[in-house]
Amino acid sequence: MDENKVFEYTRYTEGIETMKAAHKVLAEYAFTPSLPQKGYNNRSLHIDLGTLKFTEKKIGEDMKKTFTGGRGFGLKYLWDAIKPTTRWNDPENDIIISPGPICGITQYPGAGKSLVVALSPITNIPIDSNVGAYFGPLLKFSGFDALEIQGKAKADVIVVIDGVKGKVTIETAPQESLDSHVAAEQFTHQYATDEADLRNVSVVSAGAAAAHSLIGCLNFSYYDVRRKVTRLKQAGRGGIGTVFRDKKIKALVVHGPQVKGDMNHPADLGRIQRAGVKLHKEMHDFDDKMCTMRKVGTTNIVSVMDAYDLLPVMNFQYGSHPDTKNIDKTMWVQQFTQGIPDGCWYGCSMACAHGVDEFALRTGPYKGHKVIVDGPEYETAAGCGSNCGIFDPLWVIECNFYCDTYGIDTISFGTITGFIMECWQRGILNAERTGGLDMSWGKGESQLELMHQMARGEGFGLIAGQGVQRMKKIFSDQGWGDYAFLNDIGLEGKGLEQSEYMSKESLAQQGGYYLTNKGPQHDEAWVIFMDMVNNQIPTFEDKAEALYYFPMFRTWFGLNGLCKLPWNDIEPGDNRTKNAPMDAAKVPEHVQNYVDLFSGVTGREITKEEIIKMSERVYQFQRVFDLRMGKGTRKYDQPPYRAMGPVTKEEYESRQERYDKQLMDWMQIDPAGKSTEEKMALHRKYREDRYQKLVDAVYRRRGWTSNGIPTLETLKRNGIDFPEVVATVLPHLSESEVREVRAAYTVDKKEIKNKISKTKDKKPASKKTVKQDKKNKPKIKDKKPAVKKAKPTPKKGKTIKKIPAKKKPAKKVIVKKKTVQKLVKKIKPKAKRTVKKAAAKKPVKKPKKK
Amino acid sequence: MKYLKTNPSLCKGIKACEKTCSKAFFKVEDPEKSAIRVKQTDSGFEINVCNQCGECIPICPVKALSRNKQGVVMLDKKLCVGCLMCVGYCPTLSMRTHPDLREPFKCVACGICARACPEKALEIAEK
Ligand code: SF4
Ligand code: SF4
Ligand code: SF4
Repeated sequence: MDENKVFEYTRYTEGIETMKAAHKVLAEYAFTPSLPQKGYNNRSLHIDLGTLKFTEKKIGEDMKKTFTGGRGFGLKYLWDAIKPTTRWNDPENDIIISPGPICGITQYPGAGKSLVVALSPITNIPIDSNVGAYFGPLLKFSGFDALEIQGKAKADVIVVIDGVKGKVTIETAPQESLDSHVAAEQFTHQYATDEADLRNVSVVSAGAAAAHSLIGCLNFSYYDVRRKVTRLKQAGRGGIGTVFRDKKIKALVVHGPQVKGDMNHPADLGRIQRAGVKLHKEMHDFDDKMCTMRKVGTTNIVSVMDAYDLLPVMNFQYGSHPDTKNIDKTMWVQQFTQGIPDGCWYGCSMACAHGVDEFALRTGPYKGHKVIVDGPEYETAAGCGSNCGIFDPLWVIECNFYCDTYGIDTISFGTITGFIMECWQRGILNAERTGGLDMSWGKGESQLELMHQMARGEGFGLIAGQGVQRMKKIFSDQGWGDYAFLNDIGLEGKGLEQSEYMSKESLAQQGGYYLTNKGPQHDEAWVIFMDMVNNQIPTFEDKAEALYYFPMFRTWFGLNGLCKLPWNDIEPGDNRTKNAPMDAAKVPEHVQNYVDLFSGVTGREITKEEIIKMSERVYQFQRVFDLRMGKGTRKYDQPPYRAMGPVTKEEYESRQERYDKQLMDWMQIDPAGKSTEEKMALHRKYREDRYQKLVDAVYRRRGWTSNGIPTLETLKRNGIDFPEVVATVLPHLSESEVREVRAAYTVDKKEIKNKISKTKDKKPASKKTVKQDKKNKPKIKDKKPAVKKAKPTPKKGKTIKKIPAKKKPAKKVIVKKKTVQKLVKKIKPKAKRTVKKAAAKKPVKKPKKK
Repeated sequence: MKYLKTNPSLCKGIKACEKTCSKAFFKVEDPEKSAIRVKQTDSGFEINVCNQCGECIPICPVKALSRNKQGVVMLDKKLCVGCLMCVGYCPTLSMRTHPDLREPFKCVACGICARACPEKALEIAEK
C-alpha cells in the first residue's frame, strides 16, 4: 500500500460539537488516575446506572490468586452480583469488562483483549466474550482492572471514563447515533483533545438491532491512525449487546493517557521484549508459508475447511460447495487492503484485523455510504456465507457490516439464517409466515432485509432475533413444523448458536462444542484436525484428555487479556520436527513465551503446569455457576443431531459412500439391501451412543460426576470450595461427599467464616425440588445420582444454613406464549403476495460430494 | 539517501564504533546499546548496521517511523508505543532493543562512528 494513500469514507463528524453540547451530565465521580504496577491496579470500578452511584472496589491478593483477571474477575463479580433467580433483563445483571494482567503490553502479539462477562439473554447462564480494540487497555491505564455496570438507566445514557482527568460521568447523549460505525466515530472525535489524541479514545457500543433481539453484540473501537478512521471489534457471542441496550447504555467511552511500552510497569521488561521480538520474527519468516494471517486473517481456512468437507454449507447439511472459491482467501486477498498494519492492539504483528476499505453499501439506511468493513472473518464468511448458500462476497461483506453496526453477533446470525433457510426449503416457513421475505438459499438480499427488520424492530426479523432455540419452539407451537425435526436441524446448545465448523465427522469436536461452559463455541477447543484429519486422539480417553487440556489452556488467554491466535496460527519453524505430533499441537515454545509474559509482567514465577491450574480454577467455577443458574448438568451438554450425523436422506445420500463404509467399518453391518432410512437409524444409534461414551470419559477427566457436576474433590483441588460453591453442587453429590462436607464445614470454622465473609449472596435458593432430567435422560446410567436426601444436619448450623438443599429447576418455558403471539402478529405479509410452496422445494444447486 | 556504508574487509575488530555510538546516544560504553555491531566470523569481521532500506516504515502501527529529508529512517519516540514489530521485521536485524529502553533504536547515519574508526571501515555515503 502507498504510505500516503488517503482513504475516502463517508464521515459522521459533522455537528458533533452541537451534539456534545446537548449532553446533560447526570452524575459525576472523581478518582485518582493510576497506572498498573506489575500488571494490576488492584481496584475496579462499579457503576450502578439505576442509582447513579459509583464505587471503587479493592482487588486483593486472594482474588488475583483464584481468578487471575479478565474472564476470572468477570465471573467472580457476576457471581456476587446476581442470584440464582436472576434473569438477563433484571437490573442486577452485571456487565463486566476486564482486561487481565498481561493486557496492554505492546511487545507481544495479541495482548490487547478485554473480556466481557454478563448473564446471557440467550442462554440464561454466564457468557464471556473475548474482544480486541483499545477499550480494555485504556481502561487499565486509566486505573481500573475491571469495569462493572449494574442497574438500568431511565433513558439512554453514555458513561465517560476520563483516565487523564480522573473523572467518570454519566451523561445523556440524545443526538448521537446508536449504530456503532457512526457512534464510535462521533464519540471518539468528541472526547479526543486533538487529532493525535484520537488513538487514546475507545468506545463500546451496540446498535439498533441489539435491543430487538437476544443476539446483540458489543463493538469495541480503536482509531486507526493510518486509515484515519475508527475501527470496530466485536464481543460477539451470547447477547451481551442486548443486555447493554436493556440497561439503556448508548456507549461507554474511555479516554486514556498516551500509550507507551511500559505502562503495565512490568517486573521484567526485557523478558517480555525477548519473547515479543522472537514472535515478530517468526511472523516475518513463516506467516507467508503458514497461515497468511497478515494477508487474509482467519479467512485463510475457508478453502481448507471446504477441502476437508468441514465448511458449514446450507445449515450444516453439507461440508463443501463448488462455489466456495468465491468466498475463500483468493477473494479476500483482493478485498482486504494489503500491506497496512492491521492489529487490533499495538504490537500485533499477526495483524488479522483486516478491513474492506471504501465499501459502497447497497442496502439499508446507509445505502450509498462508503465505509470500512471490519472483516469478514472466517466465522462470518462461513456463517453468513456458505451456511446460507450465499457465495457472493459482496453480500457477505454487506451482512458483516450491518451485523456490526446494528450490534448483532455474526455467528449467531449466520446460524440463525441458515436454520431459517432450511425451514424454508422444507416448507416449514413460507412467504406468508415470513411476512413476504423469500428465504431461499443464497438470497443475500433477503438476509439483509431480515437484518434491517431486526434493526427496525419489526416483522420476521423479531422472530429471527429470538435465536434458534426459541424459533424451534415457536415454529412447532404454531404448527408449522415438527419439534423433533426442528430440534435436530437447529444448531444450538444451551441456547447458543453453534459457531461455524462441521462436527459430524469429529466426535471430539462434538464434545469440543457441546461440553463447553457457555455453549457451542470453538474458543474452548478446536480439535477437528487433530481428531478427524490426523487421527491423533483415537480413543475416548485420548479425546477426553484433549477436551481437558485445550479448554483449560485456552481459558488462560481470557484470564490474561490475550488473543488465542498468535499461540498456534504461527509456529516456530522447527515446531513439527522437534516435537511429537501431540506435543507439537500445543506449540510448547509458545507456551513458554506465555510463562515468560506472565512472570515478566507480574513478577510471579509460574510454570507451564501452573497455566492449566490457573485456568482450571476459573473453568470449574464457571461450570458450577452454570449449575447455579439452572443448567450445568448432562442434559444441557447434548448436541442437536445435525452436529453429530446426517439428519435427512439428502445428507446421507450426498455422502453415501462414506456412511456406508462406516456401517461396515464401525458397526460391521453390510449396507447392501438396506434402505437409506434404515442405515440412517443405525448411524444415529451408533453416533448417539458414542457421544455418551465420550461424555463419560470427559466428565471423568474433568473431575465431574456422571451428571456433569464437579465433585467436592475437584472443587477442593482447585481451591474454589467456597461455601456458596459447595452449596451449589451439594444437592448433586454422593452421600459420602455430603458427609465429608458436613465434617469439613464444622472442622475448620475459622476458614469457613473467612470464606463466607467473601461471598455476598445471603439468600438460599428456592426450595423447590430438583426434577431429575427425565426427558433427556442420558443413555449411560448416572452412577452417582443426585442425592435427594442431601440436606445436611450439621452441628454448627450457622455455616451450613447457607447451603440450600435443593436447587431451583431450570426454567422450562423458553418463550412466553404471549410473546410469541405478539411476535407472530408483527409479521405483516406484503400485500397480495401469494405463498409459493413449490418454490420452497425447488432443487438447490447440488453441493459437491467428497 | 544518506546511510552508513560499511567495508567489513577493512575491519580489524577494534569496535571503536560500538563504543562511540553507545556513548553518543546513551552515555555509556556498552555494545548492547550500540546501533552498530561488530561480530567475529571465521573469515574476519561482520558489521551489522541499518542500511536505511525503510522496510520497517510500513510495519509501524502508529507512523512513528519515517524518512527525514536526507532519506534517513527516523524513529519518533513521542509516537512510538514500543511494540518492537519493527525489530522483528527488519530484514537485516539492525533495529535494536534493550531491556532498559522502552523504545527501540537504530542507526541515524550521524557518522560519529565513521570518524572514530581507525581503519576507515565506515563512511557516510549516499545511495
Ligand atoms: S491476531 Fe488478530 S485478533 Fe488477535 S490480537 Fe492480533 S489482530 Fe487482534
Ligand atoms: S517499536 Fe515503535 S517504531 Fe517500532 S514499530 Fe513499534 S511503534 Fe513503530
Ligand atoms: S552512524 Fe551514528 S547512529 Fe549509526 S552506527 Fe554510527 S554512531 Fe551509531
